[in-house]
Amino acid sequence: MAISRRKFITALGTASALSLGGAPLLALGASRQVVVIGGGIGGATAARQIRMIDPAIAVTLIEPKQHYHTCFMSNEVLSGRRKLASIRFDYTRLKELGIKVIHDKAANISPDDHKITTNNGTVLSYDRCIFAPGIDFRWDQIEGFDAKTAQLFPHAWQAGQQTATLQAQLREMADGGTVIITAPAGSMRAAHAPYERASQIAHYLKQHKPRSRVLIFDAKTAFPQQALFLQAWQRLFGYGAHNSLIEWHGGTAHRLIKLDATTRTITTAAGELHRGDVLNIIPPQQAGHIAAASGLTDESGWCPVDLRTFESTRHKGIHIIGDACIASPMQKLGSAANSQAKACANAVASLLNGREPAAAVFTDVAYSTIEEAYAFSTVGSYRLAKEGNRFTLVAGGASPIEASTEDLKREAAYARSWFNNLTKDTFG
Amino acid sequence: MSTDNQKKWPTAVFALGLICGSLSGIGHATASPNSTLLLAGGCNICHGPNGVSSGPATPTIAGLSGEYLLSTLEGFKSGEIPSTIMGRITRGYSSDELQALANYYSSRPFSASQQPYDPRLARQGAKLHNKYCEKCHTEGGRSAEEGTGRLAGQWRPWLIWALQDFRSGRRLAGRKMQQQLDKLYIRKGKRGLTALLHYYASQQP
Repeated sequence: MAISRRKFITALGTASALSLGGAPLLALGASRQVVVIGGGIGGATAARQIRMIDPAIAVTLIEPKQHYHTCFMSNEVLSGRRKLASIRFDYTRLKELGIKVIHDKAANISPDDHKITTNNGTVLSYDRCIFAPGIDFRWDQIEGFDAKTAQLFPHAWQAGQQTATLQAQLREMADGGTVIITAPAGSMRAAHAPYERASQIAHYLKQHKPRSRVLIFDAKTAFPQQALFLQAWQRLFGYGAHNSLIEWHGGTAHRLIKLDATTRTITTAAGELHRGDVLNIIPPQQAGHIAAASGLTDESGWCPVDLRTFESTRHKGIHIIGDACIASPMQKLGSAANSQAKACANAVASLLNGREPAAAVFTDVAYSTIEEAYAFSTVGSYRLAKEGNRFTLVAGGASPIEASTEDLKREAAYARSWFNNLTKDTFG
Repeated sequence: MSTDNQKKWPTAVFALGLICGSLSGIGHATASPNSTLLLAGGCNICHGPNGVSSGPATPTIAGLSGEYLLSTLEGFKSGEIPSTIMGRITRGYSSDELQALANYYSSRPFSASQQPYDPRLARQGAKLHNKYCEKCHTEGGRSAEEGTGRLAGQWRPWLIWALQDFRSGRRLAGRKMQQQLDKLYIRKGKRGLTALLHYYASQQP
């Protein structure tokens, strides 16, 4: 890589500041630019961790939005338990760490010459790029539903305005109304969260609109922590009874295939029609669309990576973390993105310093809050299998079905601590 | 909370790592500084950066006695100490790794939790602490020596639950501690225990 005069001088300064001088460091210092695309949990954590591991590495973060709203705990906004502002984070602390934050959108990645062009025409060079684009939706899967329609029938699967819209619709709905949630098949962000959402909405309806109900139409035949959710719904929302606040209809026959926006009616694969007063349509998902546009996805719509470093198997020099990458059996969760970002930041810093990346341990953890004093969790600890091509779940699991009310109460408080600590660990 | 420290520490580790090839304080554990940081990354998701918890309930694990941390982690792993989530996760770590984590977090600075408390109860609690607890939990419960848990400045909900578990027999206390707890409870009742915990919560920076 060519070293410009300016870069060389910067490198000289960096190397002497480290006071570990010598020619090899000079050479390394000259080419240490990391560009992070995406300021969600994965991107923000990676940017922050790199600065903490090696402040001599210049880090630029590209994120169009001024704020990030976490998806985790956004269901508590729907029930009115928390304000939207409580899940909103900005990049002030990241900037204080010396991270250059550019509020712009990455328009094009050119992997061959290591350059990124933004919508505004800025061109950034990188030695290594960390790519955390999150998810996008497969708009072609549901007739009558697209990005524009989603403003009226919010998915709220990217938090922020979508969350606010859905919350307002729930607030405005009359008692006796029907809330429809449709959940997709396939790999998705926070696969347990449609059911947490149904719980939080039922919790709200129980207090304010008790004659209303939540209907879930689900393309899946089973869902994560199903026994725990059903138990909670039986205990709290009369699940199974004729006047249950929640109904779940799962299986391929219940897959959403069409929305009629004028009549607020959905059509399922079996041809059934259901009218809802509030429709929360969670579409099938794939990696953020810039991933496909940059040739980083495979036929699944997600990004294959070398699990030791999260470097793309399609393009060298680009590391992909978070929901966009294929890292199963790790789940697509904020905590997983945070965990992957730490390993990836470490690997990137090691590679830039000519060291072998250390083996990492990965953790994902998600809490589902049902009511004020009722929550349960799922946790996983993962390691790279010997062959280096897949992760193995080495420990973890969900809360036991026989958990006491005392433990469910404690988990609710731990859930709120997890939210506070994970966001602090991510945004500072 | 000490954000300064979290900025400085990793750099220091890597500098040390370069010079010595190992981090002082890690002791006999096999984990390298690099991999200890990666191990700790998982803990911080719930316990906060550098093990300092923003609460409202999950305890701060920074600056606790290494001996206490290790025996607690091992207790979670074996199931001897009851937990909601810790039993499920600690089974994923070897004893050497738990040792490395215990050493790591004991070397991080403790930061007292900022939380509400009742000053009147806290004053009563201070007296009870001196009478019943100070002998082992020295320095007003701030000490992190010889395997005792740090009480002062810890999140109160967590302390409440720990005490509940000791009282109910769900978690076994040492003989001495059980005696002292029983004495305090017989003489002062639930209010006495509440006062005690307000005292620990009152110890803030």
